[in-house]
Amino acid sequence: MANNQHGAPAPVGGSLVNIVTLTCGVLIALMAAILMVRFLFGLGAVTALNDGYPWGIWIAVDVIIGSAFACGGFSVAMLVYIFNKGEYHPLVRPALLASLFGYTLAGAGVIFDLGRWWNVWNMYWPTSINPNSVMFEVAICISLYIVVMWIEFSPVVLEQFGKHDARKKVSKAMFFIIALGTVLPMMHQSSLGTLLVVMGVQIHPLWQTPVLPLLYLLSAIFMGYAVVLFESCVASSAYRRKIEMQMLTPMAKIMLGILAVFIVVRLGDLVVRGAIFKAFVPSVEALMFWLEMACCIAPLILIGAETNRRNPARLFLAGILLMLGGALMRLNGFLIGYETNIGDAGGFTYFPTLAEVLVTAGMFAVEVLGYIIITRRFPVLPREDVQAAH
Amino acid sequence: MGTRRDFLKGVLASGAAATACAAAVPALARETRPRPPEALGLLYDATLCVGCKACVAACKESNNNPPEFSTVDHLWDTPLDTSGYTFNIIKMYRNGTMDAKDQETNGYAFMKTSCMHCGDPSCVSACPVSAMTKDPETGVVGYNPDKCIGCRYCVAACPFGIPKYQYDSPTGRIGKCELCRHRHKDGRYSACAEVCPTGATLFGRTEDLLAEAKRRLAMKPGELNRFPRGRLRPAQERMLQGKPDGKGQKHRHGWRDEPDQSYETPAGKYLQHVYGEKEYGGTQVLKLSAVNFEKVGMPDLPPEAAAAMSETIQHNLYGNLIMPFAVLGAMTYVAKRNVKPDDESSGKEEG
Repeated sequence: MANNQHGAPAPVGGSLVNIVTLTCGVLIALMAAILMVRFLFGLGAVTALNDGYPWGIWIAVDVIIGSAFACGGFSVAMLVYIFNKGEYHPLVRPALLASLFGYTLAGAGVIFDLGRWWNVWNMYWPTSINPNSVMFEVAICISLYIVVMWIEFSPVVLEQFGKHDARKKVSKAMFFIIALGTVLPMMHQSSLGTLLVVMGVQIHPLWQTPVLPLLYLLSAIFMGYAVVLFESCVASSAYRRKIEMQMLTPMAKIMLGILAVFIVVRLGDLVVRGAIFKAFVPSVEALMFWLEMACCIAPLILIGAETNRRNPARLFLAGILLMLGGALMRLNGFLIGYETNIGDAGGFTYFPTLAEVLVTAGMFAVEVLGYIIITRRFPVLPREDVQAAH
Repeated sequence: MGTRRDFLKGVLASGAAATACAAAVPALARETRPRPPEALGLLYDATLCVGCKACVAACKESNNNPPEFSTVDHLWDTPLDTSGYTFNIIKMYRNGTMDAKDQETNGYAFMKTSCMHCGDPSCVSACPVSAMTKDPETGVVGYNPDKCIGCRYCVAACPFGIPKYQYDSPTGRIGKCELCRHRHKDGRYSACAEVCPTGATLFGRTEDLLAEAKRRLAMKPGELNRFPRGRLRPAQERMLQGKPDGKGQKHRHGWRDEPDQSYETPAGKYLQHVYGEKEYGGTQVLKLSAVNFEKVGMPDLPPEAAAAMSETIQHNLYGNLIMPFAVLGAMTYVAKRNVKPDDESSGKEEG
């Protein structure tokens, strides 16, 4: 049990008003203003969406990529509770918090994008649901997972307000909630990839394959670890805390293992289907494919050696590269490699408007602001003095 | 050492659970669905089309759609493509000097763009709330705005680019051809076929339309032949038609009476391809053309519908929730062993 002795979580404290929180506030205000226009005058008033590109960055970035970035909680919880690696326990709460925000906002972001949002209850209405629809499965799993994560995080809030009895009650059922919290993301993260299958020939062969669910699941897991690396480094530098290298170094090794499996499946599938040749045809798609591949392969070189994994700068860079690699695969599949197949008469183009970008930025600002407020006021990050005694 | 052993147990348990599920759920492929036997549809013959766009105007009128302008003076309806407010359009193919109709080089041709009413539609498979449905009898792909959440997955999924959304409205709907199903109860069929002066758009049972299409492909180009207009009445229906004075009529579908409008004209130089016969397992709208279908905007599609592949994956992973529950069971078992001591220790630390 020696491994499990770690600093108990404690609020970081400090002021909530600083340049970062103020910037977040401004971005959130801008987002609110744009959304008001969107809800009053329709999607066309603020977005560049069209019938050739019915899904823009609010779906591809905020939901598809955003929810994968929010897989830190799931990836770390798997490590700690399923594979019983108790030594990673201090990473659970901060990762869970980031996931909680990521998913809650992805869920809210969907509403902004829904053209007939007042009908959204049909998604849960027995006579309306369509179990054949990949999107139905994604929506149900994400909705459930958001609830599950709030329950998983509830001890933090209950602790802070001294509700120890309630906390104990929640703790008794926690093993089941944690199990649910690993199965639900596996289900919907894989299905986010399956969303593309029904689009058939409209998706470029480099991103259209029956193994999409496996690719999206594996990449969501390594992106989860990559985000934890990124967050740990940023939180340490922003709050002037010691970097948790004793946890990050071995975790990076696990991340590379998942990444290696992913790369084998990804390239193997392209070779088996013969789609790999498309990567050598000069095109925007091929360029974006190699960019995606470079981001996925570079970390193997960058932190492949154990000594390099002890270097925080390299870990940080590898984390960013993998977040980018996974994000690019999603962006490429949903936007770059999507071409609505109506012959020569299409001619549709899409480039996000400033308003769309500002809403996406506003969503990330909500996450950052929420993370700062909660880590400063609630027991999420490990107590620093205990950490120093290690 | 304890953790390493437990770690391995975790790996084994989850691995075993996944394998057990994969073995327990046989890989069942969801085959591409054929058209229903009584499916209704259209036959569009590009060689008969004169590009008058009467069908575009009739479609607007029968669906109560507003005009769309693409010219500076906004004089009349001039949509350039189908949209949330335009469900049918005639597009023109132009090449070089445009000398002759239905000629690929230095020629021009027409093509109708509207819903193909797929036998196995991607939009219906994609729709999470059953707002897009396929009628089990007529096979018409219909839309219900009262269920639609406006996610536009149908717009993204359709390989023909048919369902379109009204982006300019805060309460925008999806717009698409529903084969004028709202007129069927009055015995009236698709407005585009009803008004077509040359019979280029013909309404009928897809089975009959397919036979008619094959009849045309067998014709010698330039040879005088008889072509029906409006609604295609198959041979057996003509037998039930009764006497010439209209007495004793028995119509299979209850369509309104209409005089025979067939006429004689030379047959076109058809490509030996009925578009929609096999594409995506078969569509209910069929097309004939003299110019390569891809060049006139009809995508080259495999005989298997993408919906079949999507649903095969989905049902093999989640069919009856067997796999999710098995994995959940394994995860719960492992988590129950691993979570408890950890929570107690963290509780002590606080106390």
